[in-house]
Amino acid sequence: MILFDDVWFSYTPNHPVLREISIEISPGEVVALMGENGAGKTTLVKHINGLLKPSRGTVFIDGVDTRSTSTAALARKVGFVFQNADHQLFADTIEGEVAFALRNLGFPSDEVQERVSQYLERFDLARYKEQSPFLLSGGERKRLALASVLCVEPTILILDEPTQAQDAKQKLKLAQLVDSFRRSDSIILLVTHDVEFAVQVVDRLLLLSKGCLLADGAPRQVLGNPDLLRRARLLPPQLTQLAHKLADKVPTFPRDIIALEEAVTATSKLLAKR
Amino acid sequence: MSIEIDHLSFSYRGSKTKVLDDITLSLPRGSFTGLVGPSGCGKTTLARCLNGLIPHFYPGEMTGNVIINEWNTIDYAAYELAQKVGLVFQNPENQLVAPNVEREIAFGPENLGVPRQEIRRRVEELIRNIRLEEIRDKAPFELSGGEQQRVAIAATLALQPEILVLDEPTSNLDPLSAFELLQLLHRLNREKLLTIILIEHRLELVAPLAQELVVLDEGRVIAKGPTREVLMEEKVAEVGVAIPKVVQLAKKLNRPHLIQACPLSVESAVKAILEELKR
Repeated sequence: MILFDDVWFSYTPNHPVLREISIEISPGEVVALMGENGAGKTTLVKHINGLLKPSRGTVFIDGVDTRSTSTAALARKVGFVFQNADHQLFADTIEGEVAFALRNLGFPSDEVQERVSQYLERFDLARYKEQSPFLLSGGERKRLALASVLCVEPTILILDEPTQAQDAKQKLKLAQLVDSFRRSDSIILLVTHDVEFAVQVVDRLLLLSKGCLLADGAPRQVLGNPDLLRRARLLPPQLTQLAHKLADKVPTFPRDIIALEEAVTATSKLLAKR
Repeated sequence: MSIEIDHLSFSYRGSKTKVLDDITLSLPRGSFTGLVGPSGCGKTTLARCLNGLIPHFYPGEMTGNVIINEWNTIDYAAYELAQKVGLVFQNPENQLVAPNVEREIAFGPENLGVPRQEIRRRVEELIRNIRLEEIRDKAPFELSGGEQQRVAIAATLALQPEILVLDEPTSNLDPLSAFELLQLLHRLNREKLLTIILIEHRLELVAPLAQELVVLDEGRVIAKGPTREVLMEEKVAEVGVAIPKVVQLAKKLNRPHLIQACPLSVESAVKAILEELKR
């Protein structure tokens, strides 16, 4: 469980980057953290693995105050995939990259081997396993970073912009991966600008703007509020925008559309009526 | 300034895979082309061929030719090509070098010996145009990902290239900033006749702006042509290109007039549906 209790944080005195953040996330939840560039999203998630400690207030991970524990201890629990994969890739081979954390945490070598091949397969990277990570494309490096964190099977997984540079197929795989986590007792926190992906996979959406928590609720509820979104420099999903514009002309048209099937049903109904 | 790519193939040293495999393309001056395709299909490599980073910087085996307005990239150094073709990288951190934003924008023209007055003018114009006033004195590492991306674009434009290649420029941007950035590119394309090649996964952003799409898969061109036509081709969706939701909606509704209209933006989809309603 993740618990933020009235957390404030500043890098320099008198310039709080986070203000009054109180959040509780329970096992099994898939949550998106969204907000404008510079809103404080990355600063907030760095409190979860203890890279940052609050200036005021407390962060508890599974009941333990992050001030009273080490980043190393938290690393077993909290997996963090950075926004920029190059910040975490360093091994000579792709295989070695995935094996690194496993070896470090003392997994037996047959288990290391097994997990390495399992995760390379899962992320569609097995064919490159002996190559250098730096021969991979931007999107592939991103997947490698993901594989090397996931192979440790953390109970809290933080993904900073996981869909960046990913095509539709890879996004679908990522959605399936998130689903497989949902069924376990883990927490997934996605930091993302990808509204379309978020509506598809998350149960709950946190909206951060200028360091403050602007909204915390179901995606449909948060994304259906254009004024709130505008403050966090987000745009509603394309089909929600369409629904709002159509409803302005045809009042019977439903506004709260987020998924393609809903839009198809509502539009077919509208066109059938005439 | 036109781009002619003729039977271009390339593999990086240390790898047998042909990242680009016999690519032939012709992009006229002033065009706005979206370059799309699944992750790892060769988009970034193709971008590197356009400003001479390949073959001059990245070792590997290249065959075929890339001609930028009669200049064969093999015969010109990267710094010469940089004045014609600006490349904005996928990761802006990799191209920011100066202590602050102003100096960053001035860095390119300073290196090319552009007169002081002129550098000053360009810097001010770009700070205004790309709205960097508030961060002009900040260091690149103090900036958010989105701000860094805008600075990288400004620094590239400071060389006044006639062709601008952008490799996923919106990937670090919040949606509204991404939208504004693409509006800026659209304006530069129309007003300055800047030829633009945009690599982008978020097709809902590109589709309303790009006249043409080129789709790569495994280093080959599998589709090219006017945006509308390309988006309707089944194979484009099959390779993993994210077809915009409004286009998917039009396809699913399966009405001839809607499909023909093939709305590329929310506005044109609303218009097409309302027209269908009156029909």
